[in-house]
Amino acid sequence: MPFGLLKYGLSKDYPAQQHFTPSDTTLKKHYDVVIIGAGGHGAAIAYYLSKYHGITNVAVLDKGYLGGGNTARNTAVIRSNYLTEEGVSFYRDSVELYQNLSNEFGYNVMMENRGQLTLAHSDAAVRSFRWRAEVNQHLGVRSELVDRQTIRELVPNLHMPEDGRYPIMGGLWHADGATARHDAVAWGYMKGACERGVELHQLTEVQDVLVENGKLTGIKTNKGTISCGCAVQAVAGTSSVVAKMAGIKLPVHSFPLQAMVTQPYKPILTPHVSSPHVHVYVHQTSRGEFVIGGGSDPYPLYNTRSTLDMKESLAAAALELFPFLSQARLMRQWAGITDMTPDYSPIMGLSPVENYYLDAGWGTWGFKATPISGKMMAELVATGKPPALIKPFELERFYRFAQINEAGATAASH
Amino acid sequence: MVNSQQNNRLASGGLLVDREHPITFSFAGKDFIGFAGDSIASALAANDQWLISRSFKYHRARAVLTMAGQDANTLVQLPSDPNVLADRTEISQGMRVDGQNYSGSLENDLGRHIEKVGRFMPVGFYYKAFYKPAGVWEKWAPLIRKKAGLGEIDEQFEPEYYDKAYAFYDIVVVGAGPAGMSAAIQAAEQGAKVLLVDENPVLGGSLSYDRLDAKGEVAPALRAGMIADIEASDNIDVMLEAICNGYFADNWLPVIQAKRLLKVRAKEMIMAVGALEQQAVFHNNDLPGVMMSSAVLRLIKLYGVRPGKRAVVLTGNEQGYSAALEMLDAGIEVVAIAELRDSPPISELMQAVSDRGVEIYQNHAVYAAQPSSDKKHLAQVELRAQLGRGACANSGELISCDLLCMAVGYTPTYQLVCQAGGQLSYDDESAVFTLKGLPKAAQIVGSVNGNWSTDAVCGDGYRAAVLACNRLAQQSKTITEISEPAPIADDSAASPNYSWPIFPHPKGKEFVDYDEDLQIADIVNATRDGYEHVQLVKRYSTCGMGPSQGRHSALATARIVAQATGKSVAQTGVTTARPPFAPERLGHLAGRSFYPARYTSMHQRHVEAGAQMLQAGAWYRPAYYGASDQRDACINAEVNNVRENVGLVDVSTLGGIELRGPDAAEMLNRIYTFGFLKQPVGRARYALMTNEAGVVIDDGVSCRFHDQLFYVTATTGGVDRVYQSMLKWNAQWCLDVDIANVTSAWCAVNIAGPKARDVLAKVCTDVDLDSEAFPYMGVREGHVAGIEARLIRVGFVGELGYEIHVPQHCGEALWDALMQAGSEQGIKPFGIEAQRVLRLEKGHIIIGQDTDAMSTPQEVQMGWAVSAKKPFFVGHRVIKELNEIGQYRALVGFVVDDLSAPIPLESHLVIEGEKMTGRVTSCNFSPTLGKPVGMVYVPPHKAEPGSEIEIRSSGGVMVTAKVVELPFYDPQTERQAL
Repeated sequence: MPFGLLKYGLSKDYPAQQHFTPSDTTLKKHYDVVIIGAGGHGAAIAYYLSKYHGITNVAVLDKGYLGGGNTARNTAVIRSNYLTEEGVSFYRDSVELYQNLSNEFGYNVMMENRGQLTLAHSDAAVRSFRWRAEVNQHLGVRSELVDRQTIRELVPNLHMPEDGRYPIMGGLWHADGATARHDAVAWGYMKGACERGVELHQLTEVQDVLVENGKLTGIKTNKGTISCGCAVQAVAGTSSVVAKMAGIKLPVHSFPLQAMVTQPYKPILTPHVSSPHVHVYVHQTSRGEFVIGGGSDPYPLYNTRSTLDMKESLAAAALELFPFLSQARLMRQWAGITDMTPDYSPIMGLSPVENYYLDAGWGTWGFKATPISGKMMAELVATGKPPALIKPFELERFYRFAQINEAGATAASH
Repeated sequence: MVNSQQNNRLASGGLLVDREHPITFSFAGKDFIGFAGDSIASALAANDQWLISRSFKYHRARAVLTMAGQDANTLVQLPSDPNVLADRTEISQGMRVDGQNYSGSLENDLGRHIEKVGRFMPVGFYYKAFYKPAGVWEKWAPLIRKKAGLGEIDEQFEPEYYDKAYAFYDIVVVGAGPAGMSAAIQAAEQGAKVLLVDENPVLGGSLSYDRLDAKGEVAPALRAGMIADIEASDNIDVMLEAICNGYFADNWLPVIQAKRLLKVRAKEMIMAVGALEQQAVFHNNDLPGVMMSSAVLRLIKLYGVRPGKRAVVLTGNEQGYSAALEMLDAGIEVVAIAELRDSPPISELMQAVSDRGVEIYQNHAVYAAQPSSDKKHLAQVELRAQLGRGACANSGELISCDLLCMAVGYTPTYQLVCQAGGQLSYDDESAVFTLKGLPKAAQIVGSVNGNWSTDAVCGDGYRAAVLACNRLAQQSKTITEISEPAPIADDSAASPNYSWPIFPHPKGKEFVDYDEDLQIADIVNATRDGYEHVQLVKRYSTCGMGPSQGRHSALATARIVAQATGKSVAQTGVTTARPPFAPERLGHLAGRSFYPARYTSMHQRHVEAGAQMLQAGAWYRPAYYGASDQRDACINAEVNNVRENVGLVDVSTLGGIELRGPDAAEMLNRIYTFGFLKQPVGRARYALMTNEAGVVIDDGVSCRFHDQLFYVTATTGGVDRVYQSMLKWNAQWCLDVDIANVTSAWCAVNIAGPKARDVLAKVCTDVDLDSEAFPYMGVREGHVAGIEARLIRVGFVGELGYEIHVPQHCGEALWDALMQAGSEQGIKPFGIEAQRVLRLEKGHIIIGQDTDAMSTPQEVQMGWAVSAKKPFFVGHRVIKELNEIGQYRALVGFVVDDLSAPIPLESHLVIEGEKMTGRVTSCNFSPTLGKPVGMVYVPPHKAEPGSEIEIRSSGGVMVTAKVVELPFYDPQTERQAL
């Protein structure tokens, strides 16, 4: 039993901690910084602003509850085995920050380095994995092309027929691949920010972004209008909707992304296993549930309904990899909204509106980027200058044909 | 030793069991006998075996709670099937059942000692500990992980057969209780085709076990009458032991029965899904022997099993009295009724109970339950007078009993309803729920709709059926319209809900969520830690996240959170209910594995010739011919034979798209980068496709056979996308052109090599094959071996060659004729691997291998294939702008002169100093040139022939390569123009 829990057992009254701004707190008239969206990203920006830059007159607004958007809906995959130099460097630094997050927060986000295995079922896939492995290794990320024998050792219960319909020809093994309790990441950041004076306002919906002469002046919410020095939008799932309030058109199309989870069973699968070819990934959470996900829905939509078709195809695909899961019982399915950019990379940085910053276009790669994006965006907000690590991700890249294409490293792996 | 006593089996009764057929099964290593029709739980109860499972966190003894498969207390392990609901699963001869989530034995679970340190495990304790000092979490995580989960998955399990079917009905009624049966009967009466779905083995719902009057005569009579009506109707299909497990848009309903997933489209849907009885929250409310009143009734009436010997009833409604009467009739001693209400009106049922001498404690609560000495069963309850909401007197009366029957209210079974868009609301004062906001073609009836008295319930079903049928009658001749009945009068007075059955205890253990062992303090403390929103409470405490998905915790949690945060229950709300309704097997969802394979019509010939097949998308294609341990030698021989003699390759998998009509040329002109308006009939032209971002996405050859007929090839993997994109664009352009994907209508070979013409001439006499009459990039129609054929003179492999396209069914005949005709010339088949080498030697790119998601025509040296004159094509604007800003990389050819160096592999990187500056896309040892050749992306300053580049090859070895002009082979293109 850890010592940290002693006080709970020994004190007569529960030592409640009030991690966040109490819900009856009213909005002030002015904040130095307003962050739209209290997901992991918004909370992380607030945290780093208050911790490293001494900026604490900050309000984090959310139309729902803390971490209730895609932070709550993603399947908690952390990895950095992307393809481009810009992408790999960025996610690499994020994974590194994740490693120490619990101790930095004083709040356990339950980061587990379980590794990620992506399966190649064709020589084209082997080629593309070798490319990723080469780039990853060059940039110091643990990522390698592995053969069938190694795959068998990594995941002994994986179905690997010699001559099946989709033979497994190799895989990309990413030892740095990890998972964490997704909610706790947002909570830990917000708790740290609130301790330093940041205010969290839930059930506070942004209705308009007020701009005069190309300059941000304030934010209109359902609880009144507030003025602010600057604002950041961190609203994965509705990036283009909120940007539009500021008069900004983003190259974003939003698609639902579904996932599902079985009942809890005793642990039998350690790494995260994904197969872009059969469009599925499977991992077993620390609670024992199998999480199953795959590709986005085929058409754009802002509705987080679930569909039967997707559930059927995800189940069929999961059983191709792990036939014995046929007996496992599905408990819940859900969807999030992914803001897809043309190059499968995020949009971070300045916007055409002065003092309005973008943290958008997070498609299926937002959760894993939470720490580094928060840290870099905070620096941007504090200094007005984009740090080198995120400079390549600015909105302007689309006008310069300087895309950072991660399409090949994203499919069904997230 | 077989426990054959069945001490708790009542002398008579039990709608579901067949007393003539005893069944032997085992539980936790002991043998038991039950009857056919028994669930595992009822058979165990009959044998006085109450302990069924251990709880998730504290490993507390758990037993029957609902007898309806709605809780996690009865989850058991079958040999290859974990997390099985013991109260929903029928026993079978020889069945081996075990508990799960215990260490040691189920009866003597060592895991239960964890409860002693329970107070050190406050809500969210995982977040609060296990991370200091850094690195310690890595040690804790695997330990905690081992504690996770319930049952064990059998990793050796071989999947069984599951399938799927489809059905279409006018009306689907879910739930065959009185409301659902009324609706089905009325709908059938009006001529609608009805599917009536129920998860139970018999029709009747609550009528099968509930007692509506003091004598217990009304329910059986009503049930029998309705079943007779249903059986007499030709319009009603009944599916029993079937579960409608979700609601998807437009009444798309998955119904699971046995090993089948039936997908039903209903024109109208009526949800008669009932309500779920809720527990009271008090100290030790989870002890075996504490159960819902509906569970008591089910045990007695459905299984003929005595739920206990000495009972106390905790009630806030009429059903507590129904259960009491039923127990009295079954010979169970009912020692006391704790009536939560203060002096409710005396009803018929209450009077009957009172008349039988049972003491009724008005305005009393069960403040606590106490276990027997072995902690495995209820031994006594403590009744205390209520002083206010959730508050009790300081002392009370201890009553010994082995059964506590709880009747404090219901939540509507809102899961399906909310999936359909229904919004749940709640009146704090009356504790009455309402559901609103359903789609037009979906209705709710019965108790889920807030109707409780029998007349209202049946009337509601009737009314919904009339509304649905009247709507359907507008489009159907077989369905009649009748006048609409009056709305059902408000029935909320009959609501069984007691508003506050929650009684905190200083020692806690008042369970709000049985699945996760969560107590009142956990919920309250979550809000005090700042997690005030009910969704945050759920996520922080894990309340409602277990196998029963909040069925018995949602209402209590909402009440407690509301009180703790000073809001109303209505404002607090419940967390979202997502599909599925009940846990469903992945096997049901997956059905039969369906991954189609495509074979060309010449497939059999490749197999006979000893081909090693590879998969390309859905297709199987010959990789090379010969033994796999001779791979390289086989490929080299195939390459040499094409260069020196003649080879034959199956190219049937190439995509084929036909465009016909006056605008066919215009269509191509817009979709591909080249100019096609002036393409002469009888000529082929290279066709390169870019997307709107100017990225190369496909290529092929456009063949003009007539003024208004083009036959365009596309890559094997790309054709479906190309076809789709043509249709998409033309939906916008509305050109007068017919576009057809004819890939599977045609098959094709490429006969290539210096002797190709000699061979072809033997079997093709109606086309002038002379090089001037039929030049390179010419197309002709004629006959080959008597088969109507399209001939295209192309040179993908860099030799004289003809692609011969014939109708799909003629593939084998064509193959045989050419192989025979070429025997003199030494014709041999060649596979994809040889073709890859041949085309590489010739410097031809493969889309998808030598291009990536950013490749522009300019970068891959295809600028010549982009018309500079056209006003428009897809990608035009971007390519024009890109050409102005200049490229940042180029695809060039390279050779490795050092034959001792490890041959670079595809995707190996070009390194300059510390930087990655490029990447190999293709590389092979060239039998023709005698050294490795390849293609590579390099920065512009390395693109000039003669430049040296460093490639990091296998094992990190740096290999020097030289950039050379493409192609490597036959730069003057003399060979293919022969």
